Amino acid sequence: MHLNSIKHLRRRQLISASIRGTVLFFTVLTLLPLVYILIYIIKQGIGAINWSFFTQLPRPVGETGGGIANALVGSLIIVGLATLLAIPIGIFSALYLSEHPQGRLAGMIRFCVEVLTGIPSIVVGIVAYDWLVKPMGSFSAFSGSVALSIMMLPIMIRSAEETLKRFPTHLREASLALGVPYYKTILQVLLPCSLSGVLSGIILSVARIVGETAPLLFTAFGNPYLSFHIFHPMHSLPLLIYNYAISPYDSWHQLAWGAALVLLCWILLLNILTRMIIRKWSVRY
Amino acid sequence: MERPILEVKHFHAWFGTHEVVKDVNLTLHRNEVIAVMGPSGCGKTTFLRCINRMHELTPEARTEGQILLEGEDIYRMSPIMLRLRVGMVFQRPNPFPHMTIYENVLAGYLLNNIKLSRSDKDAIVEDALRKAALWEEVKNNLKKKGTFLSGGQQQRLCIARAIAMKPDLLLLDEPTSALDPISTAGIEELLQELKKNYTLIIVTHNMQQAARVSDETAFFYMGELVEFAPTRQLFTAPKDQRTQNYITGRFS
Repeated sequence: MHLNSIKHLRRRQLISASIRGTVLFFTVLTLLPLVYILIYIIKQGIGAINWSFFTQLPRPVGETGGGIANALVGSLIIVGLATLLAIPIGIFSALYLSEHPQGRLAGMIRFCVEVLTGIPSIVVGIVAYDWLVKPMGSFSAFSGSVALSIMMLPIMIRSAEETLKRFPTHLREASLALGVPYYKTILQVLLPCSLSGVLSGIILSVARIVGETAPLLFTAFGNPYLSFHIFHPMHSLPLLIYNYAISPYDSWHQLAWGAALVLLCWILLLNILTRMIIRKWSVRY
Repeated sequence: MERPILEVKHFHAWFGTHEVVKDVNLTLHRNEVIAVMGPSGCGKTTFLRCINRMHELTPEARTEGQILLEGEDIYRMSPIMLRLRVGMVFQRPNPFPHMTIYENVLAGYLLNNIKLSRSDKDAIVEDALRKAALWEEVKNNLKKKGTFLSGGQQQRLCIARAIAMKPDLLLLDEPTSALDPISTAGIEELLQELKKNYTLIIVTHNMQQAARVSDETAFFYMGELVEFAPTRQLFTAPKDQRTQNYITGRFS
């Protein structure tokens, strides 16, 4: 009896150890490609990074050097404009959803947001082409921004709604009982209390679309020159990576790797920024 | 005789088809503490929330009859003006978590965009915190968030926030139910001080508290105002059998 229970214990310990080993193995297995991709991009891209990489325009084939200033500026403008377009729609929809969670309209919005999450980005690009590029007669940064802002909405709305829903009734009542009108309660109590969640949702949605290529293919289109005009074609990092990576020239491949590294750093920075905002501004109810 | 601060005439309140407050008639005078007591679900909190129209946050709520604040029908005023004149303190302390102690006291002014000079602000904050018996504890930490205080301190901060608006009437909805006995004693003591300047209506399910703090007591049972009398009289010689049963603990 005594021996038997020891044997049992051994067996249990063995099973426990083997399960722990299996879990560890698969965790490492998922991390492996990620780490490999990171190391590979850094290794390939770091050589391209120098001052002229950030400040100069791409040179014609055959000439060495040159940079990706047009794509850097273009990405900042297109993504910035997309964020500006998406914020009011996203935040106000989230407010509506959290204030009237039960209504028919809320159900419809929620359904649309869900469907929107599943739409392939290339389709969003085609829609933007049809809505904006065709009627306006030209590829433009603006149409690219619209396509990206559509891609941003689901993430932004969901995360903002989650934060706003957590706002407790007793604080809403505290404000209303002081004679504060409803809209001021929303703007000056609910939104400031939810700021960290709403902001981090916005930033995460930016991080999500900064590397999107498909929606920009036939909207922003790309531009070998530096352009600040939002109604003209404009270059961007993902487009540049796409174009240069499929080109036959080694110097262009090099620039594409450099651009990929820059994009990676941006996304990393955005994620760090989100964490900082959450740590600094979250409110304890 | 001075005009009553609050007159309630044939007042009814419903949630949907359920009548929660039935034909209440009541007259309150200045600088008194009035306790509203009764068992859970007797309509006392609903009645209190009707006085500053907070019941309107519930879509299916409906009322009939009149409540006059200094002779003015509150259902003909804008709810915003009404709530500036009738302050409220809730069951759970609810300071604004994104504001400092200083800002919390001034919240009624800040959120309504009422402009004040720096010295007016300082004066209001100190006066309200002194009246709420919190000044000595927080005077060096006014820039800290209000939510860092203890529960009892938070509740006094909420009282300070309400009296900073210099209301005609202060409603307290079971203000000590979330607090420990020591904080409760502190708040009760404070109510005695506050009545010098304000008229207070306090809802409580705690008979001892009603007996300790109030000048007059209203006993609600199943939506009806069963008895309204000076506190001592109500507790020693109740006129209604139901009051008698309640204070002797035959139901609760």
